[in-house]
Amino acid sequence: MEYNGSAIVAMVGKNCVAIAADKRLGQQALTVDMDFKKVFPMTDRAYIGLSGLATDVKTVHDTLRMRVNLYKHREERVIEPRTMAHMVSHMLYERRFGPYYIEPIIAGLDKDQKPFICGTDLIGCPNFPSDFVVTGTASDNLFGMCEALWEPDLEADDLFETISQALLNAVDRDAVSGWGAVVHVITPEGVITREIKNRMD
Amino acid sequence: MDRYSFSLTTFAPNGKLLQIEHALAAVGNGATSVGIKAANGVVVATEKKTGSSLIDVSSLEHMAMVCDSIGMVYSGMGPDFRVLVNSARKMAQQYIRIYMEDPPVRILVKELASVMQEFTQSGGVRPFGVSLLLAGVDERGPSLYQVDPSGSYFPWKATAIGKNMVNSKTFLEKRFNGDMELEDAVHTAILTLKEGFEGQMTEQSIDVGIISVIPSAQSGSATPKFQRLTQTEIKDYLSNIM
Repeated sequence: MEYNGSAIVAMVGKNCVAIAADKRLGQQALTVDMDFKKVFPMTDRAYIGLSGLATDVKTVHDTLRMRVNLYKHREERVIEPRTMAHMVSHMLYERRFGPYYIEPIIAGLDKDQKPFICGTDLIGCPNFPSDFVVTGTASDNLFGMCEALWEPDLEADDLFETISQALLNAVDRDAVSGWGAVVHVITPEGVITREIKNRMD
Repeated sequence: MDRYSFSLTTFAPNGKLLQIEHALAAVGNGATSVGIKAANGVVVATEKKTGSSLIDVSSLEHMAMVCDSIGMVYSGMGPDFRVLVNSARKMAQQYIRIYMEDPPVRILVKELASVMQEFTQSGGVRPFGVSLLLAGVDERGPSLYQVDPSGSYFPWKATAIGKNMVNSKTFLEKRFNGDMELEDAVHTAILTLKEGFEGQMTEQSIDVGIISVIPSAQSGSATPKFQRLTQTEIKDYLSNIM
C-alpha cells in the first residue's frame, strides 16, 4: 500500500462532485514517474480513483473496464455510480484471501444528477459518506484538510478550489505523494478536468 | 457412433426440431395462463384445475415470485416449471449479490431463455415442456415476457398461453387498450380466463398475481413487489364480474 505512494480524494458539492489525485509514481523514496494516472473515467458521469500498489491499479482498472463494458452491452444501459460501487466491492471480495492492494474511490452523478461518492477498503467493504472520501498514503493528512475546508453545498468552482487546496496541502506533508495533481469536477453539464502544479520535492 | 447420439433434438429433414414441436404441444395441453401489462403494473393469471375434489387446492403453486420485482406463471408441465423457478431464483440472487439491486426483467428473461435453449441443444436431455409468462417492473417500467421451450422470448402488451391461447388472444385483442390501469387489467385477465373456462370459476380455481409500479412521489425506499392475490381478493374481483 505504501510502496508507490498516492493521494486521492473525492468531495460532494451542490449538484456536482469532484475527484482529485496526485500524479507521483515511486518505488519507495525514489520517484519514477510524475504523470502517473490514478483516476479513470468509467462512464461519462462516473469516475474511479485507485490508490495503492501501481501494478494492481492497472490490473483493477483493466478488469473493471471490461466488466463495465460487458454490463453496458448486456443491459443496454450505462452503469450507475452506485451499481458500479457494488460491482467494485464484489470484484474485490472475490479476491478476499489474496487481495488487490488498492483502495478505490468512486465519484459520480446518478441518473437524477444526484452526487454520489463511495470508498472501499482493499477487500471491498463499502462506505457511502455524504461529504468526502480519502485514500492513499496521504489519507490522514487529507482527512484533516477535508475536515477543515469542506462545507455543504459548494458550487462547482468553489468545490474545485476546496478539493485542490485539500489535496495540495495534504501531499506537501507526505513524502511519497504529490509531484503534480489532477482534478475532475463532474457537473450535469459535463466534466471539468484541470491539472495542477505544486511542489516537486 | 450411435452410442453417442443421445440428442433427441436432431433436425428433421424438413428443417424442424420435432422435440420442440412436441414440447409446444405439451404447452398447448396445459392450463391457460394470461398476462396483461397495464399502465401502472402487470397482472398474470392462470387456471388451477384439479382432477379430483379431494386435492387440497390451497397448497398448489402455479405461480412463483422470482425476486421482489419479478413473478412468473406457466402453462405446460408443472415439474418442469419448478426446475425453471429454481434456476430463475438463483440467477436473480446472483445478480443481486453483485449489484445489490433486482435484475431488469429483460436480463432475467434472457438468462432464463438461454437455459431453455441449452436444453434444445444438449445431449441426454429433453426440452422443457412449459411456456412461461414473466411479469415484472424495473427502471423502464412494467413489462411482460413470454418464454417458449425453444428458448425464444417475446415482449407482450397482453398475451395468453396454454390450452385456450388462440381464443384468449382474440379476446384480449378486442379488450386491451394501453391506458388500462392495473385494476382494469385484473378484471380483463379474469374475464379472459373465464372465456374458455370449463365449469364454474371460483376463487379456488384460479391464481392471480400482480405487480405495480411505485408512483415516483413515494419512490426511494419503496420497491415494487410481486404478489399473489389472496382468495378473498380474488373472490371480490369475481363477484364484481358476475
